[in-house]
Amino acid sequence: MTSLRSNTLSRWPTDELLCWVLRGTATIAGTIVLLIVVFLIVEALPALYHVGLPRFFTDPSWHPADGLYNLTPMLWGTLFAMTGSVLIATPLGILSAVFCHYYAPPTLARPYRRLIELLAGIPSVVYGFWGLVVLVPLIAEIQPPGPSLLAGILILTIMILPTITLMADASLANVPQQYLRGAAALGLPRWATIQSVVFPAAKSGLCTGVILETGRAIGETMAILMVCGNVVQIPSSIFDPIRTLTANIALEMAYALGDHRAALFVSGLVLMAMIVALVLAAEWISRGRVYG
Amino acid sequence: MAETLSRSQNPREWLAFALVWGSAALVTATFCWLLGDIVWHGLSHVSWTFLTAPPENAGRRGGIGPILVSTSLILGVCLAVSLPIGIGTAVLLAEFTSDQSLFGRMTRRSLDVLAGVPSIVFGLFGNAFFCKTLGLGFSILSGGLTLACMVLPILIRSTEEGFRAVPASYRLSAAALGLSRTTTLVHLLLPAAVPGLLVGLVLGVGRAIAETAALIFTSGYVDRMPESLLDSGRALSIHIFDLSMNVSGGDANAYASTLVLVIMLLAINGTASWLATYGLHRKVVTV
Amino acid sequence: MTPVEPITGPRVRHPLEERPACPASQPIVEVDRLSLYYGGKPAFQDVTLSINKGCITALVGPSGCGKTSFLTCLNRLTDLIAGCRVSGRITIDALDVLAPGINVIQLRRRIGMIFQKPNPFPLTIRRNLEFPLREHGLRGREQIARIIETTLRDVGLWDEVKDRLDSPALALSGGQQQRLCIARALALLPEVLLMDEPCSALDPLSSGVVEDLIVGLRERYTVLIVTHNLAQARRIADYAALFWVQNGAGRLIETGAAKQIFEEPRDPLTAAYVSGMRG
Repeated sequence: MTSLRSNTLSRWPTDELLCWVLRGTATIAGTIVLLIVVFLIVEALPALYHVGLPRFFTDPSWHPADGLYNLTPMLWGTLFAMTGSVLIATPLGILSAVFCHYYAPPTLARPYRRLIELLAGIPSVVYGFWGLVVLVPLIAEIQPPGPSLLAGILILTIMILPTITLMADASLANVPQQYLRGAAALGLPRWATIQSVVFPAAKSGLCTGVILETGRAIGETMAILMVCGNVVQIPSSIFDPIRTLTANIALEMAYALGDHRAALFVSGLVLMAMIVALVLAAEWISRGRVYG
Repeated sequence: MAETLSRSQNPREWLAFALVWGSAALVTATFCWLLGDIVWHGLSHVSWTFLTAPPENAGRRGGIGPILVSTSLILGVCLAVSLPIGIGTAVLLAEFTSDQSLFGRMTRRSLDVLAGVPSIVFGLFGNAFFCKTLGLGFSILSGGLTLACMVLPILIRSTEEGFRAVPASYRLSAAALGLSRTTTLVHLLLPAAVPGLLVGLVLGVGRAIAETAALIFTSGYVDRMPESLLDSGRALSIHIFDLSMNVSGGDANAYASTLVLVIMLLAINGTASWLATYGLHRKVVTV
Repeated sequence: MTPVEPITGPRVRHPLEERPACPASQPIVEVDRLSLYYGGKPAFQDVTLSINKGCITALVGPSGCGKTSFLTCLNRLTDLIAGCRVSGRITIDALDVLAPGINVIQLRRRIGMIFQKPNPFPLTIRRNLEFPLREHGLRGREQIARIIETTLRDVGLWDEVKDRLDSPALALSGGQQQRLCIARALALLPEVLLMDEPCSALDPLSSGVVEDLIVGLRERYTVLIVTHNLAQARRIADYAALFWVQNGAGRLIETGAAKQIFEEPRDPLTAAYVSGMRG
């Protein structure tokens, strides 16, 4: 709320000092992202130089030991897992938020919200572990082998559900009360009100929520790594094992050397690009809400 | 009356009603299943010996003593670095820059992106920067520093919220009395912003403890008792991962470790929401 | 919970004629063609005004005509508002207030300000007074204690709070809080006191107590008070200045001795306003 420039405090040395210290810390905090991008690029350069960008998509397979670097199966893996989980989690999350606001009695809404917050705080490795020991054997009974795209989608769904629910909850809370009163005065029933008044009014918040959950789904590593089987292939059914970009990094980073290591940093760059695109999209949407 | 009328007229209302309650029930059931499973299988293995003893036979037997020590050391490094930077940045953003200034906008945007960066990418960065470039190797220090980068956005955001919740009249009356900004900050704003700061701290700790992917190739796998910050140390979450994926027959101890981790996080989240409510409550009472 | 403030009984006011005259007109604040813009939009324009030492000057007028903004220029609180631009010239005792290089901290020490809503810090009563004093370099424990007692006596709060100086200031009643804020400003020995509707957020009883206190400050301090309450301005002011919105910006319409403004206004707008027909 205050602007530094207009304030003349040159006679107060502690203020000057404080200002410079604060600017220093903020500069550190602000440059971390740049640093991350720079390091990803620097480490990825050997691969981009020796292998070249097209070969990451045209090589016959991913066999880094033989100099083959096809990332496409992993990209598809990430994309399938992400799409599946977002498709399930979005309606579930939005309905959960609707439940909190318009259906549940207050004695139920509050504990339900707390429960969602708790879900948000549970570490991915715990979800992964649970998926591994509970979900995977169940899926194996239906259709072996068990570790599969389906297991990944289900675990991811549970993981990103709190993100969309909390976002949707917040944006439903921001819907002006007079809209609801207006709808009630017209004698609209509950769901009709929600569908035709609440959702349009909360649209941008809901969209931001979807974008955030998508980001989380793309970036998730441990749980996916534990339940997806990690076979490099383009799946032909949801019971096939897959490997995502993130899992690939986590699995191979420990022993990767040279171009192989650099190739993993290339996939890191790809992930980073996706996230930046999503953040920009989210910002664009929320700006639309502010000025539109 | 009106409601029953429209419901009976409109099957869509009924469907929506069923769907909404159904999804809430589904989510609750899943949560109970997950938590119940962990508590059921884990509880019998958790004991004082388990918490203090070193792991044996790759973790199949023994406890998690050294792992808890490594986890807290990593957390300590993370907080020691991220707290000063985080608070400083939050103060600058909330009190010393206008929302329109270029510096403020750039910092804010870069923090937004930072908040979205996947943890595995933090791992790659930490490995390349702290382990390789700075030569810290696989160590508790590298892991803690990597986590510090990761929790900064959370810490900054909620500390900033805390400062913005301080009534503007404090600043005006302090300025009208001719107090310097340093004094205003230290004596008036900082104490008033403490609830927000604590919430940020607790949320940051929660995220740091939960983290696995960023630590695999920064702090490493070694499950011995660390002797210095430059030793590799295994965090609790990595221990769970390793036991369940790489050690056959490690499930019992993996369950117990998971239970310990979940209890820690539930306690942390509980503290955060208690602080948030308590902080708000106090504000209402005093102003 | 909080003790009831002493009731002063039906207050008898001096009619305008009988009021002790303030010292011979000797300007201490000179404002020359002052304008203030928020992000390019004018709050008030071209205000030229001089304030006499030791007198109470009331700024009256409808809301939104820039009276409060005018006050904040005098102690440069405008610095704290982003996108705010001030032009013109203000001198206080030959000090050029708007000059870029002046010591704002010193300036604000010399010019106290009281806000509409009482705003004591969330500290104890004693710390509220002691903390600004220490900040301005006063160290002696006894000296500080003496100043605290004197200023609290000055605002008539001493007998009410002397036994609980270490209890939270926010536990005081609204009127007590406002008097504490006045004491806090007086402790720094300001030359000019700016008051932004100091009574409007208080109940009638506390409002009366604070008003009496303000009258008691005449001669020792120069008081500039913004008020919506015409009756109050009539009761306490030596001089009055009427602000009005014209062409989307606040302007100074008329200024002069309070008696003249209220009884023989020259400007028709002033006449309409003081008679209650407009504003």
